[in-house]
Amino acid sequence: MARLFAAWRRIVWAICAVVLAACSDQPAFHAQEITGADFGRDFVLPDTEGRVRRLADFRGEVVALYFGFIQCPDVCPTALARAVEVKRLLGAQGERFRVVFVTVDPERDTPEVVRAYLNAFDPTFVGLIPPDAATLEATAKAFRVFYRKVPTGASYTMDHTATTFVYDPKGRLRLAVPHAMGAKEFAEDVARLFAEAP
Amino acid sequence: MERTLFAVRRNLLAWLVVGAVAGVSATAHAHAPVTITDPWVRATVPGQKATGAFMHITAHEAVTLVGGKTPVAPVVEIHEMKMVGDRMQMRALPNGLAIGAGQTVHLEPGGYHVMLIDLPKAVEVGQKVPLTLTFTTANGQRLDVDIEAEVRPLGGMGRPMSHGGHGHGPQR
Ligand SMILES: [Cu+2]
Repeated sequence: MARLFAAWRRIVWAICAVVLAACSDQPAFHAQEITGADFGRDFVLPDTEGRVRRLADFRGEVVALYFGFIQCPDVCPTALARAVEVKRLLGAQGERFRVVFVTVDPERDTPEVVRAYLNAFDPTFVGLIPPDAATLEATAKAFRVFYRKVPTGASYTMDHTATTFVYDPKGRLRLAVPHAMGAKEFAEDVARLFAEAP
Repeated sequence: MERTLFAVRRNLLAWLVVGAVAGVSATAHAHAPVTITDPWVRATVPGQKATGAFMHITAHEAVTLVGGKTPVAPVVEIHEMKMVGDRMQMRALPNGLAIGAGQTVHLEPGGYHVMLIDLPKAVEVGQKVPLTLTFTTANGQRLDVDIEAEVRPLGGMGRPMSHGGHGHGPQR
């Protein structure tokens, strides 16, 4: 009898959960929602063709902004390959999904190298190269992004924040996508941002 | 008895795989203490100075991967990549990568790799990269293993372009 009651209680809870989910018009994003964040408002950086780009250039698009470096053997290519997959999953909407890559290693990542690298993923991906150390520092600070040069034997590597920042079509910072999140969840979040802003 | 036979067969298969995939002459290394399967290198673009080599290494006796050599890069290091919170870190392993007897270590994106540094020119898809990996054994002996790694697309996730009939040997 007690067991029957427990089962019944579970069913009632399940019904409540479904009703609540259906009524709430703001189901959670897969990524961390950071709407209203007081950082990452804008960037002003030259792209691989030397044109100065800022967030307003991409109004009407969902922008996925990632900081990384080209000499990175796997985390950066993994993040970019995921972005390619997100774009593919979005279908026609993918045309308005814009990937922006900011190098934290402008010393080695020249505009030519960054352009060739991004082309291996998708030629529409935008590469931004801070022209000097001070600009890089100021940009990273504005996005609360960590980066640090670390010597490794013969060379050096860059520790860096591997989070992708996502802006809605109105140019507002909305999501922080962790490195480990899958392309499918990422694409679902982007589709939601498109759905809420016609 | 059956188990032993099976184990021997698995080992044989492993050697055949190394022979086929890595281009190792089976006779020369018939008693080698390591088996390396599915080695590949991520393609680079011109001007890119470094890339990673990935593979699976099975040790039949305890060994440590301490370094390597390749004609495509003057510097080869053993690295580990990891996420610390939301930060990506890559580090050279100062004491190499120890692999216990009977263990298989996967060198794959997000974990360990053999870093090829100061590339004088791009490595391209379709190219085969010769790589000599240096191990030390428990009794301090040095062991060189020659493999040939297939170059896979920069934008890919490292899966083989085609499974040309070769198996993946005894992994996991
Ligand atoms: Cu590395």
